[in-house]
Parts: sequence; structure tokens; C-alpha cells
Amino acid sequence: MTTTNTNAIERYRNNFLKEVEANVEEGHMVKMCMQCGVCAGSCPLGPAWQHSPQKIFMMIRAGKRDEVLGSDSMFMCTSCYNCMVRCPRQLPITHIMHGLANYAHRLGLAPKGQPTREFATLFWNNLAKKGRVNELMLTLQHYFRGGLVSGIREAMAMQSIGLGMFKAKRINPMEIFGGHGVKDLKGFHAIIAKAKEIEDRKKGFTA
Amino acid sequence: MAKKEYAFYPGCSSQLKASASNYLVSTNSMCTALDIKLTEIPDWNCCGASIGYCEGGELPRIAINARNFAQAETHLPGQDIVATCAACWLGARESKERLDASAVLMKETNEALAAAGLHYKGEVEVRHMVEVLIEDFGYDGLKAPMKKSLEGLKIAGYVGCQTNRPFGIDGESFENPMYLDKMVETLGGEALSKYEQKVTCCGGALAFSEPEKSQKQIRDIVESAYDHGAEMIVTPCPLCQANVEVYQSEINKKQGTKFNMPVVYYSQLMTVAYGGSAKDAALDGQLIRAEKLEKIAGK
Repeated sequence: MTTTNTNAIERYRNNFLKEVEANVEEGHMVKMCMQCGVCAGSCPLGPAWQHSPQKIFMMIRAGKRDEVLGSDSMFMCTSCYNCMVRCPRQLPITHIMHGLANYAHRLGLAPKGQPTREFATLFWNNLAKKGRVNELMLTLQHYFRGGLVSGIREAMAMQSIGLGMFKAKRINPMEIFGGHGVKDLKGFHAIIAKAKEIEDRKKGFTA
Repeated sequence: MAKKEYAFYPGCSSQLKASASNYLVSTNSMCTALDIKLTEIPDWNCCGASIGYCEGGELPRIAINARNFAQAETHLPGQDIVATCAACWLGARESKERLDASAVLMKETNEALAAAGLHYKGEVEVRHMVEVLIEDFGYDGLKAPMKKSLEGLKIAGYVGCQTNRPFGIDGESFENPMYLDKMVETLGGEALSKYEQKVTCCGGALAFSEPEKSQKQIRDIVESAYDHGAEMIVTPCPLCQANVEVYQSEINKKQGTKFNMPVVYYSQLMTVAYGGSAKDAALDGQLIRAEKLEKIAGK
């Protein structure tokens, strides 16, 4: 268990709602949920969720900390914002889901090996490296996430699409040597580092 | 001097040899015809996209967007930021609204920006290209440079998610936005306004991480276009375009369908209607050729 997680349990004891309000993006809106279920019925990935947003919100109030932070539900979010625009209480549901996923991920409680958790991490690290997304590397790193053998198999299965993208001038094999990026990379990295430092300090994350 | 000038935020996918390079090329052609001058925000960076949520926290995401705002404010003062990508627009506008609403967030963001010697005053406007077209030019204004009609083309307007929710285009509904259909009609095409998958999610980034779940969405989107007699799909979003076009062959392979539905950008339709060649409209950038549009471009 991470030190941050132990500290959080210690600090908030039996009040998980309070913990969410303090540490999760837009978490202060969770208590506004009136359990109508429109979000659950609006989600394109509804059938794939372990818990719908409606359930997640009630579980937070019921103090089901381990179940919420260990749920795969937040990672089913496609960021379509359907739930958010339909919510009669105007909860920013999409943002809360992202915030919960981020919190669970940072505490080390999110489900291990969850494919969208892994891809989302890969995506951020990819863009943070050079300031712009390197689409070729993102694709390759994703295919080869499980090692060389499965990587080759996945990449081969997609090779006709890759070739099509290449012919259409929509992917550049040379990106393997660097690709697009910002010029002031030092400044870009300094901004991210500083922002992370401020946020981590406020939310009690330890390195 | 150009009629209108904007600070352009093309985004990662709209770069040369990136996945939406056809969007970039056709946007440039469309803007030339409308006498719009786009100046790229100097040294712009990625918006973080929605899928950045897991590793990138709230403040890092807002801070990188504010870096672009600071650059635009300093180097292109008074110009609205215009994004063509739905995710860039959403990421940037969400950041702007949060910064407008919270003095604490503004202070922390500027603390982060100071690490690179930058400062954001809080003055930018963030808009999507479609907003610019509809609000600054209007449907009549979009008709003005027309040299050809897209007459006879049956087009399903696939708006998707992020150009529609949570911000959307002023005056449109989330459930049934009409602007894409109106744009098609303005250009002389036949808009299939009863196309019911107009605002269905394509799966977004889950097309990579959860392909089966995403391809189920894409199948519905393409199938419905066929059901309504569409000859092509048009969209304003680069991820919608890529997902819906690129994975048709995968769905065919796995599910025995025979999908071959072209998916184009509104900017490609407009470029052709404005007399541009297939190359100006970057129709060579399609994986599924939009032959009927190429034919009109060649006339």
C-alpha cells in the first residue's frame, strides 16, 4: 500500500465523501446526485460498466472506498459528455469520473492491467515528452505493451490499416526518430513539473 | 488584408503526416477561399486531450493549455483562438472556463507558467472553426465563394460528441444539432437529417484500448448511414473521422460486413464546393476514397 493511501485513510477515517470532495477533481459536486439514473442510461458503454456513475456516487456516500477506487468503471468513460449534458442536477459527471480515475491511479488502487488505464498513462507520457503527441510511437508502444511477441502479432493484424495511413500521408515512419515537438521543451517540462508539484502538495501525494 | 484573422490551434493530429493531415490541408484551402488568415500560435503544445486524465492531473492539464493562451495573448493579441480539433477545442475551452471561474486556479497556473517565464492575463477567447464559420460568416456568407454545387450527394452529418457536448454550437440542441445538415444544404448537397446516429460516440480513445467496445459503436454509426442511403459521412472531429473510417475494414474482417463508406470533413466538402481540386481538399488523404466528391472536384 502506498504511503499516500495510508495517509489518506488515516486522515479521512470513515468519511470517504469528504476525501473525494477534497482530493478529486469536481468532487465537491458528488453530493448533488439525486440518484435518478439518467447518467446510467445515457452511457454508450453502459453494459460494460462494473458500476454506473449513479452507483459510484451512492457508493461514495456510503463510504465504500475500496470498491469505488478499485472499480474499472471510471476507465469505461469515452469522454462523450452525454451523461453530463443530460444530468438534471448538472453534475459534471465526466470530470468527476476522470478525477476519480486519476485519484485511484495515483493511489495505486485502480485495477492493474486495465487497458484504458494503461493507454491513458501511455498517452500522457507520450505528449509530455515532446509537448506534442507522437502518433507513431503511441501506436507502437500500445501494440507492444505486452512484450515483443504479442506486439508483433497485434501490429501484423493492423498492418493493412498502417499501410493505408502511410499511403494517405497520415502517418510518418520517420517519427520513430523523434517527430513533432515544441521548441521550448525545457520550458514546457518546467511548467508540467511545477503544476504537478503544486497539485501533489495540495492533495497530499508523496513522490 | 484578410477579412478575418485568427490565432490558429491546429493540434497534434492536424500536422503534416499526422492522422488528420487531410483536415489541415483542406482547412487551409477552405480558409483561403473565405479570405480567412490563420496564424499558428507560436510553439503551441498538446491540449492533453480527454484521455490524458489518468496520469495528468487537473492543474498540469490546465497549465499546458494556459501555455498556449499565454503565447497567443502575447504574440497574436486580440485574435480569437480557433481550434479545428474537437478535443483541442474542448480541452482549451474547459481550461479557460475553469481559469475564469477560479482565482486560486489562475494563481497556481501562473505559478506554473512562471517556470517557463510566461504569464496568462486571462484574455483569450477559445472557439471551434465551426463556430467561426456559422457565427462570423453565417450560412449566406459560406455560400458566397461557391463555384460548384454538391448537388445529388447524399450526406449523413455525423456530429459526434465533443464538438457537440458539453459546449456545442450556440443555439443548437445536444440531442439533435442541425448545423452540419445546414452546412451540407448550403453547399447544395442532400442532408440526411433523419440519420439517427448523428451524436453517437465512436468510442474515442477506447478505439485503441477496448477495440471491441468501440467497434460496436462504429458499426452502428456506419450501418445507420447505409440505412438512410448515404453516399458519405461528414464530420467536424478528427477522432470521429479516423475511428469511423479506419476501422471499417476491421469490422468487415471480424463481422462479415461489407462497409466501404467514405468519411470526410466539412472542410473537404467546402473546398470542393469552392472550386478546389481533389488535392486542395486532400481527398488523397482518405483510406476509403470519396469517389463522388472527387468526381465533382474534377469537373
